[in-house]
Amino acid sequence: MDFELSEEQQLLKDMVARFMQDRYGFETRGKYMKEPLGFDPAIWEAYAEQGLLALPFAEEDGGIGGGGVEVMIVMEQMGRALALEPWMSTAVIGASILRNGATDAQRQALAEEIIGGACKLAFAHSEGPARYDLAHVATKAETSGEGYSLTGDKTLVLWGGAADKLIVSARVSGGVRDEEGVALFLVDPSASGVSLQVYDTQDGLKAAEVKLEGVQGELLGDAPGKGMAVIRQAADEAIAALCAEAVGAMEKALELTVDYIKQREQFGRAIGSFQGLQFQASDMFVELELAKSMAMYASMCARDPDPVERSRACSAAKAQVGRSLKALGERSIQLHGGVGMTMEYSIGHYFKRLSIIDRMFGDVDHHLQKLDEAGGLAA
Amino acid sequence: MELEFTAEEKAFRKEVRSFIQENLPAETRQRVKEGRGTSREMMVEWMKILAAKGWSAPRWPAEYGGPGWTPIQQYIFLEELQFNHAPEPQGFNISMVGPVIYTFGNEEQKKHFLPKLLDCEYWFCQGFSEPGAGSDLASLKTKAVRDGDHYIVNGQKTWTTFAQHANWMFALVRTDPDAPKKQMGISYIVFPMDLPGITVRPIQTIDGGVEVNEVFFDDVRVPVSGLIGEENKGWDYAKFLLGNERIGIARVGASKAKIQRIKELAASMPVGEGSLMDDPRFRQKVVETEVKLKALEMTQLRVLSDIAVRGGKKPHPASSVLKLVGSEIQQTCTHLLMDVVGPYAMPKSTGGEGSNEPSVGPDWADAIAPGYFNYRKVTIYGGSSEVQRGIIAKAILGL
Repeated sequence: MDFELSEEQQLLKDMVARFMQDRYGFETRGKYMKEPLGFDPAIWEAYAEQGLLALPFAEEDGGIGGGGVEVMIVMEQMGRALALEPWMSTAVIGASILRNGATDAQRQALAEEIIGGACKLAFAHSEGPARYDLAHVATKAETSGEGYSLTGDKTLVLWGGAADKLIVSARVSGGVRDEEGVALFLVDPSASGVSLQVYDTQDGLKAAEVKLEGVQGELLGDAPGKGMAVIRQAADEAIAALCAEAVGAMEKALELTVDYIKQREQFGRAIGSFQGLQFQASDMFVELELAKSMAMYASMCARDPDPVERSRACSAAKAQVGRSLKALGERSIQLHGGVGMTMEYSIGHYFKRLSIIDRMFGDVDHHLQKLDEAGGLAA
Repeated sequence: MELEFTAEEKAFRKEVRSFIQENLPAETRQRVKEGRGTSREMMVEWMKILAAKGWSAPRWPAEYGGPGWTPIQQYIFLEELQFNHAPEPQGFNISMVGPVIYTFGNEEQKKHFLPKLLDCEYWFCQGFSEPGAGSDLASLKTKAVRDGDHYIVNGQKTWTTFAQHANWMFALVRTDPDAPKKQMGISYIVFPMDLPGITVRPIQTIDGGVEVNEVFFDDVRVPVSGLIGEENKGWDYAKFLLGNERIGIARVGASKAKIQRIKELAASMPVGEGSLMDDPRFRQKVVETEVKLKALEMTQLRVLSDIAVRGGKKPHPASSVLKLVGSEIQQTCTHLLMDVVGPYAMPKSTGGEGSNEPSVGPDWADAIAPGYFNYRKVTIYGGSSEVQRGIIAKAILGL
């Protein structure tokens, strides 16, 4: 039992924190958002130079061999900065799928491109009626010649418009919500039959609706139909990463709030001297610490070889973080007062990102229900 | 970072668990499990069993009769006690006065008191709170005036837990009423409860039980040999105590045991054709509590890991969350038990021990409402939740 960062992990944390500090002010972020891709490509190149894109890949694939804790460290800093780039879809979800659901040759080839900064990934999985059910896959994959032809509609594909390659889930057999029969494919977004409708999200990112009409896809791995286990593993890693991102954003939101109520004066004194506000700030701190503890828990369990334990831990973490981010986020606006309602002040942007994280990969109710079905948590 | 305990720590947990299973008297276990409280005799019997094994003071260094455990072993030991319905070591002896004596007491005091604390030959109670000094403890007024080899003590303490069981008290008394700050001029003294002029009056609490008392001092002559450390430095010693309680204060093991019991009892509670466990709204409340308890457990482990690595000299910021959230979860559990027992929360226990009156409803039901009433105390004692929030605001957030 050890919750301390190793020396290398502390260095990684310092390095990413410094990078974000140098390159990611609130105003510069606003400029990055106006770029065509929704972020600054130079930042992505810098990630490559800093080794952040090599982080999740094994050393034999040219990577650094980082695990769940390293992902947590990076995501926390991205949360603090409200980073805009597709790091999670590439280096967390994408890397997880390549690690568990690709052939050696596919993984090595893609890892090299990703590490060099030449390949950004997006995960085209969700479909309209699925809500949070990961097994809901209606998109069809039919064999065509050497490869597969994919047809279906994918929704809420984060960074879909910026991706160099899409990872698409599709059914080779079975009914819409069957656990068996799902496969994963690599799709070139410029291939014929792909149409993308790119749009802004509430929290300043970009996502896409992806329509596939007889699109050529390259099967990932060599066991079509066994994709759900790979998807569930990737989703749990995404949950752990999102929890860490939320913790970073919450930490920053609390700092901004405490700074604000120390400075803002009303009735002739700093409003932070009023106990009514102090207690709310204290409660925000409590929520932050509980969320932090669970983000650590999830990051240590995200690659647990036992899928039942892994998903229990990630569900518990997502539920707690969901509760905490709401309690902390809403109060952070309240304590800022009117200023918290304005676009030009940063706190609202943290609140918005937090609120959307709550709705990604299952919300509080979804994960509580999952835990209930699994017989709970205790002991 | 690593979640798993080491193989040695796991083996230690197993050893503790089997020791409890083999040595905890069945009746004591049952009473703790049902939340009925233990008698003085049960408590002392258990303390003697632990002391014989050398385990009655988990945090004490070996030179004073403790087991010399690492912080992680201490945590595992306390968690196992809590989870297996065993009473924890008598807290006033072991967590409160003992560490003050071996840290600030003289050699004679160490030799005299420490062994008698370990096996509960001396049962200490704590004389801190007064009618006018609760959360604002430093306002205490009970005064001790030096008269030769004695202090003459006059005043009143209150909320004195188990004063009726105690044969000794450690108390904060005002020895210098003219000190420039109220925190100064306070001394830490110990004395036997059978000194002339001490009167104990029980306070019945809303659960119907008697855990706390008022204690009155009327010209009580306390030998000066009962002064611990230096005169007028008592506040520092009391503060030292408060910082000493970061392992086990969240009571994670006890709440885990409660949740297990909640589920068992709910499964035995008929609702229509099935049981209360078939009600998704009830189960959702249980799962929510489990999630929060897991978050608390992970927070406790973070603090523990920090103590293990850095010696815990500077408290980890997250440690201030432990009491606040731990006490809320304990209360949630007692309220979930109210949900379980439902309308059978109503009847009061019909008779005392050995009564022939049949109990109304399930035989565990009569302890549920008193347990819920009684546990309102946990967010009040030991630094109320409001005091905890104030500490976070000032010490951590700098407000």
